[in-house]
Amino acid sequence: MSKFTMTRRGLLKAGAASGVALAAPMSFVRGAYAQDFCNMPTGGSVTLGFNVPQSGPYADEGADELRAYQLATKHLNGEGDGGLLNTFSSKALKGNGILGKKVEFVTGDTQTKSDAARASAKRMIEKDGAIMITGGSSSGVAVAVQGLCQEMGVIFMAGLTHSNDTTGKDKRRYGFRHFFNAYQSGLALGPILAEELGKDRTAYHLTADYNWGWTQEESIKDATEGLGWQTANAVRTPLGAGDFSQYLTPVLNSGADVLILNHYGKDMVNSLTQAVQFGMREKQVNGKDFQIVVPLFSRLMAQGAGENIKGILGTTNWNWSLQDEGSKAFVKSFGQEYGFPPSQAAQTCYVQALLYADACERAGTFYPPEVIKALEGFEFDGMGNGATLYRGADHQCFKEVLVVKGNENPQSQFDLLEVVKIVPREQVTYDASIFGGDLGPADAKTC
Amino acid sequence: MKEMLNREPFALAAFSLVILLMPIWLTPFGANYPDLLQKFAIFAIFAMGFNILFGLTGYLSFGHAAFLGVGSYAAVWSFKLFTMNVIPAIFFGVAFAGIFALAIGYVSLRRSGIYFSILTLAFAQMSYNLAYSVLTPITNGETGLQLTLQDPRIIDNAFTTPGAGLPETNLFGIDMSGYPGFYFCAVVLIICFFITRRIFNSPFGLTLRGIKSNQNRMGYTGLNTRPYTLTAFVISGMFAGLAGSLLAVTDPLAGAERMQWTASGEVVLMTILGGVGTLIGPMLGAWLIKYLENIFSSFNEITLEHFFSFLPEGLQSFAVELASLFVGEGWHLTLGVLFMLIVIFLPGGLMEGWRRLLRRFSGGGGGKSEPAAAVQPAE
Repeated sequence: MSKFTMTRRGLLKAGAASGVALAAPMSFVRGAYAQDFCNMPTGGSVTLGFNVPQSGPYADEGADELRAYQLATKHLNGEGDGGLLNTFSSKALKGNGILGKKVEFVTGDTQTKSDAARASAKRMIEKDGAIMITGGSSSGVAVAVQGLCQEMGVIFMAGLTHSNDTTGKDKRRYGFRHFFNAYQSGLALGPILAEELGKDRTAYHLTADYNWGWTQEESIKDATEGLGWQTANAVRTPLGAGDFSQYLTPVLNSGADVLILNHYGKDMVNSLTQAVQFGMREKQVNGKDFQIVVPLFSRLMAQGAGENIKGILGTTNWNWSLQDEGSKAFVKSFGQEYGFPPSQAAQTCYVQALLYADACERAGTFYPPEVIKALEGFEFDGMGNGATLYRGADHQCFKEVLVVKGNENPQSQFDLLEVVKIVPREQVTYDASIFGGDLGPADAKTC
Repeated sequence: MKEMLNREPFALAAFSLVILLMPIWLTPFGANYPDLLQKFAIFAIFAMGFNILFGLTGYLSFGHAAFLGVGSYAAVWSFKLFTMNVIPAIFFGVAFAGIFALAIGYVSLRRSGIYFSILTLAFAQMSYNLAYSVLTPITNGETGLQLTLQDPRIIDNAFTTPGAGLPETNLFGIDMSGYPGFYFCAVVLIICFFITRRIFNSPFGLTLRGIKSNQNRMGYTGLNTRPYTLTAFVISGMFAGLAGSLLAVTDPLAGAERMQWTASGEVVLMTILGGVGTLIGPMLGAWLIKYLENIFSSFNEITLEHFFSFLPEGLQSFAVELASLFVGEGWHLTLGVLFMLIVIFLPGGLMEGWRRLLRRFSGGGGGKSEPAAAVQPAE
């Protein structure tokens, strides 16, 4: 007999040695491997990073966003009733995770501060291995995190951010926004204002003194002046001022008959409440009823302002009272899970998570340049906003915008906004070049 | 052993070893990733510099974040205008923070005690508001100053053609993100430790301590204390500027929040937590706070469920409920409780705890041979 006998020990040794020999070149040629990129998922799961404000002025929105993300994770993994997977026009998602990998997530607190948001996003990318970052409830944070994600080669799906800059001058190849922007608010709101309030009005702006406030003031000013309105004055108020009386007193003597509040969150709740307490809505100026307009509305804000929002006009990205299939399905599964209807922040975040997952499925890979390609120019429907386009030129979604009004006779504590008009997509579409900016390259990065 | 540690080369070597090996010994704590390591090094510099003012002279500045912010803005502008090399950025960061500190210190140091604190707080708040809105063309307001593709970058563009996408900060070709960024910050921290140690042991440092224990008496002995306090203020402002520019080096963005009063308060907390007037106490305090901020805030209920999975069902959900108060968005609560405990039971901060431990273990009876350790410098 030959001495070529095989022992168990020998077999193990040989197996280990050949394993090492096979694996060694792989680790040497990693850089050359085409699909090697930051946080490439290798195991049976894929990690998403949910970066939302858990403390600070937008904590309410953040909490709702997180609820939506958790719901989206469930639906992607095939738990629950599937939510919008059933109504989404793309049928690539099967409810078996993303590309067969189970979806897991990590969370972080942005504190509504650019620094904290970037630190928390970096932790998710560097330590927790997140392949995509999503969330945020402030344009400053969105722009800052988007810049970071571009540098690190990780896709960023923006949450609630309304400034023109996010997909305007600060747009990035790795950043995508489903939410609408201030410019679209202006385009949608303008004609309705002319219809409801007439064409010879004089407006007075109170504006939150930061990036988002300015772009909104500018957009609304453009839109209203285009109608033939005058602008009496535009006054900047510090963020989080609390007491707006000193800014409100001059309004009635300025000859203006419309007050436009470019405020969001708690600022809007305070300024609106105080304006109503001043008796502005009972006043007559220039022979017309004095009016207040809040260009960016949300149900969470309406809840804070209570009675005072009745009859006040504004725009919103989405409202739970919509009756299309997508909205109904989302409200149903969110309500079953948490016991109350979702906010617009929740909707946009949920949709963003699904859109990313779907893009990976359609691209057949997590490789970011391919996923970006799948998202750019993607046309879809069934997510509650009607037919929607992810424009490739600036990564902004184009869809219907809702003009809403504070409900005069609410049926429940959530029934606060009444949809005045669903402004069609064509009317809020604009040329991508008007804001400048540059998307930059889509090259994958290693990290 | 103690003798040996007090000798400069040994102290430096031990310190360097601890800092440079951070990626290894922090792994079990889940803190070994570049961003947090960089923050550990940078905020250690910030707190160390703050301690030169507060620990040595007793002047409590409530506006140190302003210098951090100025350092960051100066550094980012250097990246935008001149070159992505970090050396000029750090130079400008330190220089501008120094000039700024000179101006603010000149005015604020006319008063002492609470009035000084309020003055510095007012200046910092002013800087914050200026950066947030009025100076938007320079600071880019709330969005924060970022690099763009249209930046002139005259030095870089004179020698190389820019590639697609944003360039990265570098030290003569070494990218300053990730671990190289940490090692760069670590080396700067070691240099800062050396300088601080020298200041502590110098006649200048002694004078500052004299000012802390009794400024009037120093005045009566014929010493004009103002230049000394002003020097300490400027040095400490420059440390803050250095920390600010390093923040920009590791992540080229400068936001106005860096100047907010909460950021100023944070460095006071770091110093008090670690031990006021001690050499490495403020650094420990900085690490503790940054660790809580970054790691504790990331725990969510799923992490907790996993952590408590060894408990029976009912007990597990109870433990998760209870613990979730202190993690995630509740990390501020943990910090508050910790701060209270330390201030009440260890007024000298973590360093006092360390000294007490040392005394206990160096033999209960033979502990008399350590009078030097019992004396708290400048306390």
